[in-house]
Amino acid sequence: MASIKTRLRREKIAKIMMQLSGILITGSLFFIVGTILFKGFPYLTWEMISQVPQGGFYIGKEGGILNAIIGSLYLGLASTFLAALIGLPVAIYLNIYVKSGSFLARSSKLLFDVLFGVPSIVYGAIAFSIMIWMGIRASLLGGIITVTLLTIPIVVRTIDELLKTIPVDLKHVTQSLGATKWEVAKILLLHIKPGIFTALLLAFGRAIGDVAGVLLTAGFSDNIPKYLDEPAATLPLAIFFQLSSPIPEVQGRAYASALILTLIILIIVICTHYLASKQRKHKI
Amino acid sequence: MHTLSSIETKKTQNIVMPSIPHIRIENLNVTIDGRHILKNINLDIPNNSITSIIGPSGCGKTTLLKTLNRLVDDAKGVEVNGSVLVNGEDIYGKDAEVTHIRKQMGLLSQKPFPLPMSIFDNVAYGPRIHGTRNKKVLNSIVELQLRNVGLWDEVKDRLHASATQLSIGQQQRLCLARGLAVEPEIILGDESTSALDPISTQTIENLLVELKDRYTIVLVTHILRQARRVSDYIVFVYNGEIVEFGKSEDILLNPQHELTQQYVKGFIA
Ligand SMILES: Nc1ncnc2c1ncn2[C@@H]1O[C@H](COP(=O)(O)OP(=O)(O)OP(=O)(O)O)[C@@H](O)[C@H]1O
Ligand SMILES: [Mg+2]
Repeated sequence: MASIKTRLRREKIAKIMMQLSGILITGSLFFIVGTILFKGFPYLTWEMISQVPQGGFYIGKEGGILNAIIGSLYLGLASTFLAALIGLPVAIYLNIYVKSGSFLARSSKLLFDVLFGVPSIVYGAIAFSIMIWMGIRASLLGGIITVTLLTIPIVVRTIDELLKTIPVDLKHVTQSLGATKWEVAKILLLHIKPGIFTALLLAFGRAIGDVAGVLLTAGFSDNIPKYLDEPAATLPLAIFFQLSSPIPEVQGRAYASALILTLIILIIVICTHYLASKQRKHKI
Repeated sequence: MHTLSSIETKKTQNIVMPSIPHIRIENLNVTIDGRHILKNINLDIPNNSITSIIGPSGCGKTTLLKTLNRLVDDAKGVEVNGSVLVNGEDIYGKDAEVTHIRKQMGLLSQKPFPLPMSIFDNVAYGPRIHGTRNKKVLNSIVELQLRNVGLWDEVKDRLHASATQLSIGQQQRLCLARGLAVEPEIILGDESTSALDPISTQTIENLLVELKDRYTIVLVTHILRQARRVSDYIVFVYNGEIVEFGKSEDILLNPQHELTQQYVKGFIA
């Protein structure tokens, strides 16, 4: 047994280590956000967010990043919507219709864990080769399909975790009222509604911030896509392509894109927190 | 389908001939992952009375209760052999329809689990999923059942507030009202008062005693005093087997089996 003195010293060391990592994390976060603000804010003009680049995104000094903003929103919203449409039923099915611990439940959990960890460039590469085979060029549709595929595992896994936190008794009392499995599913969904918003936020965040998946499949364009088969710009690619330019105005568009991307994420986080706090009233 | 008259005539409809047990368990064996949890259970549960299942922790009380509404076969690795006859029909038979079977049995769980909706919607939930749409009918079902559990006066001004605002004791009565609203014939309770304070416990106990005129009630409890207070019959389960079954006072005051004697005296916890 260590003496009380030694134990108190250990306690002190542990506390200091935790505080240090806390400071490190908060510090670097502030540094990143600070850099984005510092570099991006001067370029954040009305022209920047209301115009597409003029004279080519890589060399033209005029214009803004509206193409990337709209492209990212299209891509993020469409893929999140599609991923929810496909991922929610899968998560529900695995939790309510499949007996927990069965082979199907365990193997699909493993599958989604793997899919969750697969880097998005792999999704991009697979989608790209399929698109070549089918003769489809890089387009908004290609990007949406790719990003949807990589968002589905996020939705399935997070919703699955949420459903796992529900006490089995809630399921049982609902069933004991004579509810069918589908009716039970609806009750459980109602129960985890605030969490679903957070899950979809996570998915949207990943969708809108993904670079590698859209690099090969969505292409890049100075214009706002009018149809699904036109290439589309996205904010992450706008950063990626324009930051390497020697022209300061073009670099400025990259920093402005980074700032806008961060702001979009911030807005969504705030909205989700607000919605979650409003929805929590029925929580057990 | 709900009609007002069908609720009021419940009393007469529900009475089964005294000679026929409401629930008959025959040669029931349950294994979970190959472990023999319930061993050769034979039991007749009489109607219009309260039967309590008692026994030490882990002996299989919950499992036995959940075989009655088939919630037991919801988990993986569960194998049920034998039959459970409710009104003479085997609920483990080939044609048995699980949803319908469960509708006949209200379940009162250990902790109250209100559905994530308002007080009104909680009680109306069952009737609604079974097809009652008429607002007036729903209103009167909700009022009737909330009155049945003595909750009406406490909540009549906030029917559309969230059910989770209620105290735990009120929530448990709400859950009882919600169960009664689907017009079951049987009420199953698994340590339904263990999360409640003494006053709420007493309220629930009194309610169950009142309700036994119209329902067959099966309770799991680990509180001997509660078993004495409410039950007409007691089943003593030990290690997955029924050791003794009989009238409440016989089991508690004059147990025949040595294990029962020890348990009743408090030697087996
Ligand atoms: N889903 C399950 N998987 C594996 N074993 C289980 C499962 N459910 C119950 N058991 C086992 O079955 C036995 C009986 O459990 P049960 O819950 O019926 O006991 P109980 O009498 O209700 O106990 P308590 O008084 O503690 O609630 C226990 O040994 C338990 O470990
Ligand atoms: Mg139990």
